[in-house]
Amino acid sequence: MIGTGGILLLFSISVAISVGAVSVPLHTVWSILINQVAPGTIEQDWSKGREAIVWDIRFPRALLACLVGAGLAVVGGSLQAVTRNPLADPHLLGISSGAAFGAILVLMHTGMFWGLITVPLFAFGGALATTLLVLAVSQFAAATSADRLILAGVAVSFIVMSLANVLIFLGDPRATHTVVFWMLGGLGLAQWSHLAFPFAVLVICGAYIWANARKLNAMTVGDETASTLGIPVARFRLIIFVVGALITGVMVAFSGMIGFVGLMVPHIVRLLVGGDYARVIPASALFGAIYLLWSDIIARTIMAPEDMPIGIVTGLIGGLFFVWLLRRRAR
Amino acid sequence: MRTGHLVAKDVCWRPRKNQPLLLHPVSFEVYPGRVLGVVGPNGAGKSTLLRMIYHYQKPTSGQITVDGLDLWSMSAKVAARKVAAVLQEQPGAFGLSVREIVALGRTPHRSGLSSDGARDAEIIDAALARMQLEHLATRDFDTLSGGERQRVMVARALAQQPQVLVMDEPTNHLDIRHQLEILSLIRSLGLTIVVSLHDLNMASDVCDAILLLKDGHCQGFGSADDVLSEPLVSDTFSVTAQRQVLSESQNQHLTFHLPT
Repeated sequence: MIGTGGILLLFSISVAISVGAVSVPLHTVWSILINQVAPGTIEQDWSKGREAIVWDIRFPRALLACLVGAGLAVVGGSLQAVTRNPLADPHLLGISSGAAFGAILVLMHTGMFWGLITVPLFAFGGALATTLLVLAVSQFAAATSADRLILAGVAVSFIVMSLANVLIFLGDPRATHTVVFWMLGGLGLAQWSHLAFPFAVLVICGAYIWANARKLNAMTVGDETASTLGIPVARFRLIIFVVGALITGVMVAFSGMIGFVGLMVPHIVRLLVGGDYARVIPASALFGAIYLLWSDIIARTIMAPEDMPIGIVTGLIGGLFFVWLLRRRAR
Repeated sequence: MRTGHLVAKDVCWRPRKNQPLLLHPVSFEVYPGRVLGVVGPNGAGKSTLLRMIYHYQKPTSGQITVDGLDLWSMSAKVAARKVAAVLQEQPGAFGLSVREIVALGRTPHRSGLSSDGARDAEIIDAALARMQLEHLATRDFDTLSGGERQRVMVARALAQQPQVLVMDEPTNHLDIRHQLEILSLIRSLGLTIVVSLHDLNMASDVCDAILLLKDGHCQGFGSADDVLSEPLVSDTFSVTAQRQVLSESQNQHLTFHLPT
């Protein structure tokens, strides 16, 4: 299963690099990649321009797609367990809009006063604040049931998104394209120098979540039962929310808001590998990466040479999936 | 399996400081391998009492001990090796298999990262066999019937290897056949058990001792014959209760009517 997934991931990355306004054959893609890692192993039969497209533009873009897809899917899967809510998703719960708010605040108003890390840091802050706000609203509205938590999330999400757009128009009244980037996401800004943040966060936070797979399993049964198994339920849930806000914040800081990945991927993964979180977490990361790679390929090719915002693709697929899920739950 | 000696001494509970007690001080004792039934009308404090035993709500004052060790001065993890609970909450639509759910019972015996060893696998298999669930081990929990689900939850508690088992309304939402199965199961486990039940006749059949609660007060603790007397039951439930002898079996049976 993991082997097949790994091969599928490598294949998807290769296709993502090969496809675009200038199409580069797969063998050239691999030759360039190998030559970059170990210079001189393969005789150069390609132009400098192609090498720049493959190595400086498309490869980091493909890697960013993998990191963002994997991160959002892992966050969705773990939030679903701790809220015991199959509809939980960083986008629907408003965590993504909080992250976008934080990132926009830095980029258009305060400036990067701590250097490049300022953006992901503020995105994390915004994501965390929104998460706590959603939890507070659902408490305030006495919304204990699963669907109510989502409603609270959607409500807060709309408010924070509006505020984020206010920030954009205060900064530049003609910046419609900036709004589009943040609200619908995009991987076009991927650069090698930026990949370190999402990579580090995904590896560290992902490993932490994976190590706690057993607790996530227990949380799906219920708070009281999990507590009788010796799990500090309230503290564990809060930690997962904070870790989820960290991953979401950093991903959104570099890619804008890409919706429904965290909702959809874990569900499909459960159909493939079962419900044990020891398998759901790594499989979600793998499948999330593949899913976002192909969403980006579609977004780049459907109106080529224009880039369509990737959120349109994931929104369309995810929205339809959401309807199917509601129908399935209703039965 | 070792069974525990459960003692509660003057335990009481209130939600916050300066609020009235929801459960007034109550004391009782369950000997190893015996079954205590907790009965009373809705809102009597049954759940509150059970929650203090399965380490979910800390008593405002008083003490609960298992084999002489104070349950609330040990960590949640250590307490989880002593007391397991079968509650009414059940896994949602997360696709866990029966075996994966039973395996959760090993959680308090493992440290965070380590996976189940051969010894754990044996214990899980034994719990599945004990509940006659071997043939369902790989099934998705969501596809099971109510009675099967309840057996899975008991198997999960057994995999925890507790000394005391708490069961909250285990017969709820089950048909008669499965109610009787669960009850005979309770009797056969040989564990120290605290069980809350709605049906007083079932309680007196299954339990060695009865604790009767009303509005957070203990109305009586002792044998079913003593505690489930006509006047006490009539008063507690605001009904007219009559104890009758069934003509065939000569067993005692309570009947209830609205007071006229």
